[in-house]
Amino acid sequence: MANNHPIGKSFPRKEGRKKVTGQALYVDDLSFPDMLHGVTVRSPAARGRIKNISFEGDIPWDEFTIVTTKDIPGANHVALILTDQPFLAADFVNHPEEPVLLLAHRDKYLLEEARRNVAIEIEELRAIFSLEDSLAKKEIIWGEDNVFKKFLVDKGNVDDAWSTADFIVEGEYETGAQEQLYIENNGAIAIANPSEGVTVWGSMQCPYYVHKALVKLFGLPEEKIRIIQTETGGGFGGKEEYPSLIAGHAALLAWKSGKPVKIIYDRAEDMVATTKRHPSRTHHKTAVTKDGKLLAMEIDFRIDGGAYCTLSPVVLSRGTIHAAGPYSCPNVRIHSRAVATNVPPHGAFRGFGAPQSIFALERHMDKVAHAVGLSPEEFRRRNFIHEGQTTATSQVIRERVDMDQLLTRALQLSEYHSKREQFARDNTAPNGRFSKKRGIGFATFMHGAGFTGSGEVFLQSIVSAEATAEGKVRVLAASTEIGQGTNTIFSQIAAETLGLDFDSIEIVQPDTGLVPNSGPTVASRTSMVVGKLVESAVMGLKQTLIGSGLLSPEYSESDFKKACAEYLTKFGSLKTSSTYQPPPNVHWDDEKYQGDAYGAYAWAVYVAEVSFDELTYEARVEDFVALQEVGRVLNPVLAAGQIEGGVAQAIGFTLFENVVWKDGRMANNQMTNYIIPTPADIPPIRVYFEENPYAYGPGGAKGIGELPMDGAAPAILNAIENATGISFNHVPLMPEDTLIYADSFTDRRDGR
Amino acid sequence: MDVELKVNGETRKLDVFSMARLLDVLREQLLLTGTKEGCGEGECGACTVILDGRIVNSCLVPVAQVNGSEITTIEGVARNDQLHAVQQSFIEHGGAQCGICTPGMVLAAVDLLQRNPQPTEDDIRNGLAGNLCRCTGYMKIFESVVRAYQK
Repeated sequence: MANNHPIGKSFPRKEGRKKVTGQALYVDDLSFPDMLHGVTVRSPAARGRIKNISFEGDIPWDEFTIVTTKDIPGANHVALILTDQPFLAADFVNHPEEPVLLLAHRDKYLLEEARRNVAIEIEELRAIFSLEDSLAKKEIIWGEDNVFKKFLVDKGNVDDAWSTADFIVEGEYETGAQEQLYIENNGAIAIANPSEGVTVWGSMQCPYYVHKALVKLFGLPEEKIRIIQTETGGGFGGKEEYPSLIAGHAALLAWKSGKPVKIIYDRAEDMVATTKRHPSRTHHKTAVTKDGKLLAMEIDFRIDGGAYCTLSPVVLSRGTIHAAGPYSCPNVRIHSRAVATNVPPHGAFRGFGAPQSIFALERHMDKVAHAVGLSPEEFRRRNFIHEGQTTATSQVIRERVDMDQLLTRALQLSEYHSKREQFARDNTAPNGRFSKKRGIGFATFMHGAGFTGSGEVFLQSIVSAEATAEGKVRVLAASTEIGQGTNTIFSQIAAETLGLDFDSIEIVQPDTGLVPNSGPTVASRTSMVVGKLVESAVMGLKQTLIGSGLLSPEYSESDFKKACAEYLTKFGSLKTSSTYQPPPNVHWDDEKYQGDAYGAYAWAVYVAEVSFDELTYEARVEDFVALQEVGRVLNPVLAAGQIEGGVAQAIGFTLFENVVWKDGRMANNQMTNYIIPTPADIPPIRVYFEENPYAYGPGGAKGIGELPMDGAAPAILNAIENATGISFNHVPLMPEDTLIYADSFTDRRDGR
Repeated sequence: MDVELKVNGETRKLDVFSMARLLDVLREQLLLTGTKEGCGEGECGACTVILDGRIVNSCLVPVAQVNGSEITTIEGVARNDQLHAVQQSFIEHGGAQCGICTPGMVLAAVDLLQRNPQPTEDDIRNGLAGNLCRCTGYMKIFESVVRAYQK
């Protein structure tokens, strides 16, 4: 056996050379002969009946391909969980910027002019723009009660616990919308005609989601729809479900015009029309003993889903399950709802509901600690979950988990205790009229990897592997490289399993015409779940070669190549596949929402150090320690890159990124006024791992991608409370939000 | 209108729409698609090119203004097959993830090191402040720049 052990080593990114030389081809870099450009004409109103559409101005309208709902060959809905979202609004619009009709023309400048000259007349109806108004049913805008989905998690008996509590602590927490802001906007190119079917190239996370949606849209057999992922310039969930819509639009224009059609959103359109993170509200009511033991947690979690259901039920599910965190509590009741509003549908975004509910929990834990008279650290230590104890869904933790040790190490790495003492001294020292207050705070949390409950079983993901005559191994999966390292990680896993060189592995670009459905590229599942399938699929190649007698169990790289060549000469091809099998003893009850919610959790402690400027009211993160246990680390550089990027995005979520809404429409839909952190804004992000191999992950790996989005927001607000003594309970926390507390600073400075 | 540009060392004569953005001329007429559009308003830096020795956002440059200029795009950074130290360092130290900001980021880093061969961390942060990345959190980009000049 060749002595190759690529797992655990920092192999450089497989497609790195293409990316640093500008040779990587993203969808807007592709062009086809005779290609038209396409645009979407959108609703000017939030809710109402379409009365009339007119084509105005001095535009040569007969040169344009115009697609309306009448041109749709199949079903006018985006097939996902429900079928409520149309590709094009037929006679009713439910949110601003909803697609109403499509235009295509060779000249993209004239096309833009034409888009502005389509007048859509709408008889407006009363719309709902907030979670509160939706829950209060000020207007019924969806179904019978505006509720897309609700869950109830009920463990023990919460009602009986209140009377035995020494303290009952309540709190209300709020998170805002957040734009994914991948630097590559959404885009797709389609070729479509009745004889060849439909082919779409696009920027996307989930080629088979697009495939499923277009099969329904065109009413064609599965083999007539082909979806090819082009190099994708970031996704973060923003290219999970939305690409189905834009791919469908490009394909409808291509179908009608008979020509290739390219639709590329500009930034303003991408920001105003596509999905964002679900805004949330969480109410906590917690019963605790005087020595700081949790007795009961009652949590009411609500998210704003926007105008159509899309993925809101699953976002709600993950947020619900993560709402009670890494604590052992005998009685837990979590009631959650996803509701409709007349804003563009909110969708997948890294963390998928968990950052929202974990923000609430980890702010609340500091509040409860304060009420009991314990330090935030000591209160958590008295309640951390341990091996053999149960989560909110009564899942017994079977892996070794040591949150105490993680907390100890994270607090040491960040010099938490000495800084807390130093800041307490400095913050009270008289040093002029305005000063910078300093603070340090932390959050402790977990994140489950893979689809929730029985989700992975329903997905039935498949990965294939094939050998070439040159002895290379090709991995075939629908899992996309979106910057997170799929190509590199899959190559490392395959090379390790076969004892081959990293460069002997080729990853096939996801194309539904070539690769099996390994499921969507979401939910921190690509390394842990799909990577395991890569491992077993390539293992099949090796076993086949050994079984054929062409390869001995002890082999070198050249033996393997020779055996492949001989096998292919003899039998024509060598291809093996592997289908998902759940780990043993995993049980989930979808009715009661109890059981093993996730196969594995990553565990983490994040510590933030902040300064708060009393003159400008700006909070700034000065230092950040991210410590996590993620099973085995497959590639240290890529893994740290995931954590650093996620933490930066979470710092944006906390202190920078404010979606301003006006009548259901994002008003600041430009990079000029929706601000993400720049190189000058991000503190040192210091990343540390603990490794505790997970038996059912490839090489021992667990999921990692979403975890870093969860902990920064509460850690930063806990630190701001430490600095200022003021409890802020919503994000984003903008300087203008802290300004309203000016009085309290004045009071304290004057000693009042 | 007719313009003459020296792009990546090669003189190119072009008939352009006078209000066309340099970005579109590079991508659509010269087929140099390594220069990316992220925002179209000079905020993200994905369309960075080096124009007469200075980095600019090519989405904000009307081509009519740059007749006779010398331009380096990402395609002109490597010499034949030999990567620039910055490119090599981005590959080795995780400076690129999804890759869409990478061409602009590499050019900004090349420009920074030309002006300041041994930048401090603050110099690097300020030197790259016009280029946004949503994947890396910038740590590995800073490290890539440091490792590149240390070579």
